[in-house]
Amino acid sequence: MSEVLGLKAKLGLDVFKEDKEFHITIKAGNEKDNRLKKAILICPAGLYSENEKGEVVISVDGCLECGTCLLACGEELLEWHYPSSGSGVQFRFG
Amino acid sequence: MSEEGQFDAIVVGAGLAGLAAAYTMAQEGLEVLVLERGDYPGAKNVTGGRMYVSPIRDLFPDLWNKAPLERYIAHEEVCIMGKERSLTIRYDGSELNEQPYQSYSILRGKFDKWFAKQAERKGAMIISKSRVDDLIMENGQIKGVISGGEELRANVVIACDGVLSFIAQKAGLRTRAQSKNFAVGFKEIIEIQREVLENRFNLEGDEGAARLFMGDVTAGKFGGGFLYTNKDSLSLGIVVGIDALTEEIPANAPELLDKFKQRPEIAILINGGQTVEYSAHVIPEGGLKAMGKLYGNGILVAGDAAGFSMNIGVTVRGMEYAMASGYYAAQAVIQAKANNDFSSAALSAYEALLNNSFVLTDFRNFKESLDVLEYPPIFNHIPELAGNVMKDLYAVPAGPKDRIFPTIKKYMTMGEIWGLVQIGRRLMKI
Repeated sequence: MSEVLGLKAKLGLDVFKEDKEFHITIKAGNEKDNRLKKAILICPAGLYSENEKGEVVISVDGCLECGTCLLACGEELLEWHYPSSGSGVQFRFG
Repeated sequence: MSEEGQFDAIVVGAGLAGLAAAYTMAQEGLEVLVLERGDYPGAKNVTGGRMYVSPIRDLFPDLWNKAPLERYIAHEEVCIMGKERSLTIRYDGSELNEQPYQSYSILRGKFDKWFAKQAERKGAMIISKSRVDDLIMENGQIKGVISGGEELRANVVIACDGVLSFIAQKAGLRTRAQSKNFAVGFKEIIEIQREVLENRFNLEGDEGAARLFMGDVTAGKFGGGFLYTNKDSLSLGIVVGIDALTEEIPANAPELLDKFKQRPEIAILINGGQTVEYSAHVIPEGGLKAMGKLYGNGILVAGDAAGFSMNIGVTVRGMEYAMASGYYAAQAVIQAKANNDFSSAALSAYEALLNNSFVLTDFRNFKESLDVLEYPPIFNHIPELAGNVMKDLYAVPAGPKDRIFPTIKKYMTMGEIWGLVQIGRRLMKI
């Protein structure tokens, strides 16, 4: 049976080009907003987590640029734009 | 080139809608610029894996002969998954094996790169690594875009920038998106030796298989799993409603896919395969009710950006709507150029063309489908029920076997029958 890859290993298969800036940030003061917890569940790349202070944090490395978090959490909570030209994930198969 | 604009049209995004628009306009001699934020056309584009070619075959008559499609789909299956059992319905039909084939599995990395070359051959200019940051707006008319600090001017901008369409939003054509109208799909490409794959799925030559899964695969939530055979790989993934995933009993998206892969029904199919890519994509499923405006002064919206994607259960479609909408957007621009009128009124020809085509006809016919299908019993109760009935029908226990009719009757209580009637009545609206 084929082994189940961890999410990190799975994302490691994709080609990413580093961006100069973070293309998604949680708007200051909203880190504890409950609606952000949706992103922890739904982000296909598992980039959202909760720290010991009860704040939701994001690490944008490995972002698949799908936009699910923006739709689930809304523009009030997230500053979201596409990575700059030529940066971010580059799908080979798609 | 006309006086006012550098280009007749600037297309934002080299996906299927954008490339179809560019290809069609360039063919008619228009000056077209396509701006793509990825490294190459296709770099940001993701599909579940199947395109229905029949509705768009005649719009691009020269395209299909050499198109790098994967396999034509000759075998269809729907699998209803309970927690520990599943029931599969397989459909084989002679028409699925007759040319011209109805649908194909597809990998967008390959296809879009190739399609972009065809558009360039027709004369379109495609510039990659160019994110469009803003629109140029003068006296209420869109006059071009800003990319990398540079102003690029055109008579018309066609927003084909995907499901989030920041461009359509900037143009004021759509209101804030509501999560209930969107699903997220995520999938793995799993490479498997061609002969192994063909044996495993009973495929001859270029035949392909499509399999959909509902029920336990999404933890009983609105959505499903999919598997498509490519030439020497599988596209295996899950689509699930964004709101459904965050309901009372939450589920973790990446874990759903891992559990799906471990199901015995799936594990045996991917055994020995090598995952080579993991991708995700948001799908607009709100249909007609969620659609924004499709045109404005100097702007048109096509493809996912316009919300042209539809899930009616056994068929999940988007790419052919994208290509058709790109084609009709191009026709509207060609007409606008002939009349030298790029106002909203002139560009409304686009919506008229879509209305008369399969695109908006389908969306009108299936406008209730999301409301109908977004009904939890279809995804949690029915799969368990179906599995349990089959279990008892097939069971030969130690000792005497129960009679068939009482076995079924045991499950078919009045409440159950009433529930099925309710589902039947919902489905009649599709």
